[in-house]
Amino acid sequence: MGKTLFDKVWDAHVVDAIENGPQILYIDQHLIHEVTSPQAFNELEERDIPIFRPKQIVATADHNTPTVDQHLPVKDLLSRNQLKQLSKNCVKNNITLYQLGHKYNGIVHVMAPELGITQPGMTIVCGDSHTSTHGAFGTIAFGIGTSQVAQVFASQCLLLTKPKSLRVTVNGKLKNGVLPKDVILYIISKLGTNAGTGYFCEYAGDVFENMSMEGRMTVCNMSIEMGARGGMIAPDQTTFKYIEGRKFAPKGENLKKKMAYWKTLPSDADATFDKEYFFDASNIEPMVTYGTNPGMGIKVTGTIPEASDASFEKSLSYMNFKKGESLIDKPINFVFIGSCTNSRIEDFRIAANYIKGKQKADNVTAWLVPGSKQVEAQIVEEGLKDIFVKAGFELRQPGCSACLAMNDDKIPQGEYCVSTSNRNFEGRQGPGARTILASPLMAAATAVAGKIVDITKHLN
Amino acid sequence: MEKFTTLTSTAVPLDIENIDTDQIIPARFLKATDRKGFGDNVFRDWRFDKNGNVNADFVLNDPKFSGSILVAGNNFGCGSSREHAAWALAGYGFKVIVSSFFADIFKGNALNNGILPVQVSDEFLNILLKKIKNQPSTKLVVDLEKQTIAIQGTNYKEGFDIDPYKKTCMINGYDDIDYLVSKKDKIEAFEKQRID
Repeated sequence: MGKTLFDKVWDAHVVDAIENGPQILYIDQHLIHEVTSPQAFNELEERDIPIFRPKQIVATADHNTPTVDQHLPVKDLLSRNQLKQLSKNCVKNNITLYQLGHKYNGIVHVMAPELGITQPGMTIVCGDSHTSTHGAFGTIAFGIGTSQVAQVFASQCLLLTKPKSLRVTVNGKLKNGVLPKDVILYIISKLGTNAGTGYFCEYAGDVFENMSMEGRMTVCNMSIEMGARGGMIAPDQTTFKYIEGRKFAPKGENLKKKMAYWKTLPSDADATFDKEYFFDASNIEPMVTYGTNPGMGIKVTGTIPEASDASFEKSLSYMNFKKGESLIDKPINFVFIGSCTNSRIEDFRIAANYIKGKQKADNVTAWLVPGSKQVEAQIVEEGLKDIFVKAGFELRQPGCSACLAMNDDKIPQGEYCVSTSNRNFEGRQGPGARTILASPLMAAATAVAGKIVDITKHLN
Repeated sequence: MEKFTTLTSTAVPLDIENIDTDQIIPARFLKATDRKGFGDNVFRDWRFDKNGNVNADFVLNDPKFSGSILVAGNNFGCGSSREHAAWALAGYGFKVIVSSFFADIFKGNALNNGILPVQVSDEFLNILLKKIKNQPSTKLVVDLEKQTIAIQGTNYKEGFDIDPYKKTCMINGYDDIDYLVSKKDKIEAFEKQRID
């Protein structure tokens, strides 16, 4: 019987198995950041266990960093301490760190792919649920808790029960104005927030085959929002072209050898999945969310569904929306383009292309937060910064920012924010903040109009 | 890790679905570099209003309900992988979380911190919530060895699943690090064979 992409990568990393229990899975690359690593370092130190493979760890500071004045000392004492702790731990253990201000600093899931650290066929973990992003390269990548961070520190391995396999196939041609973000929001709105729990998801079909690496990363990033530990897309020429020439990518003969292996990774034609879903690209339209989980999404021209359970009512009451209501023309005062979902150069190109020659509405505060120093530099190089500044948008410095509002980038109580991030949970963007998830194009259009618009009517 | 065998306790009914880890512990409280103190901020924005006043309507603030078992709606612990959520629940005093469905990462984090996630059927969850709400002194009996959860003094009882390896860890207070470090030779051999 044929093997899936997931099977091939998983099976190549099994060190051993406990009878009637989990398997020992070898981890190629461990990514860490300031928030979920300090307790793991402490744990090893307390138990007098050394870091097993420090060269296979890369660290960045992203979750708890300011997005203005990064050259100055961090104001918040606890945040400053957390960043210091990361530096101290990395120096002590010989771990590469791209700290605040470093030319490679950035959101962990933007930084690693753009440096060529993320490669097909690898296993990658990080103490962050959006590690699923790296699956865009045909990588088994998933988020872990801090106890597991400590396990990988100690052994470069994890004890895991092999997840089941799920495939989501989307064939056809996407309509104008429909972006990868809309595709994944559509899928989650159809399947719900726990359809993928216990599964690893492969995305297949022309829609993903024709997508850029940036788009594939947006899709895989949100796999966790339907419960799946990870999402994967088969590596192909698009993948290889993206990787070639990047800083840590294999070069010369080594690349050729690797590429020959990568080409064997796509799921075999006769491979079977535990669960399969099929969608038609032509049914997908620009999406917005109306509730407090990413599964509560509708097409922007749609209306909020009728449901009556207590959790649904609680959610609508938090958002101050009504059943049957349309979101078109809802005034919006905050727009955020950023996060590990949508802060890559392509996202800013799309936004700039729409914004060019237009002006941000007076009522809107519009934050643009690049995913990394490299993306930030590219925004300047390509002249996008001028477009943003002229239109009244605020280009800030890289970091996770208002996606989780750990730093000062908080949306005020009761305000709506059209956000390109991944979670619309209660208080996610600040206590009492109301998040509406959307694509960078929808976000740009909202900032210009000062309200939610049907983007399809505003495209050339 | 603390050992877990059986627990008899009253329970707190939190009848909300899709409780994500941002609700359990909001991101702005993740700035600590040790595991202590998170219990003070568990469900922070549900327990307190925007001015920091106690929200009397929230079940954790209702003096009728107490105990080291939390009974919650479907898909508990979804969202962020932050283990701080497990530390916050443990810090507050919960030893068992009952739900009809758990998100993957949370479930693992709970088990790694000596909190037992007990997955029951939707029907049994509804019975539990109803009984506890009607009679807050209702006690639940959780037996890890037998893998059962029951309402004390009644015939209501259900079995639950747990990975046999994880069960052994919970009962003996072992964690995965001990096991993995003991496999170092195998791991090194695996690395060598991959290079060759």
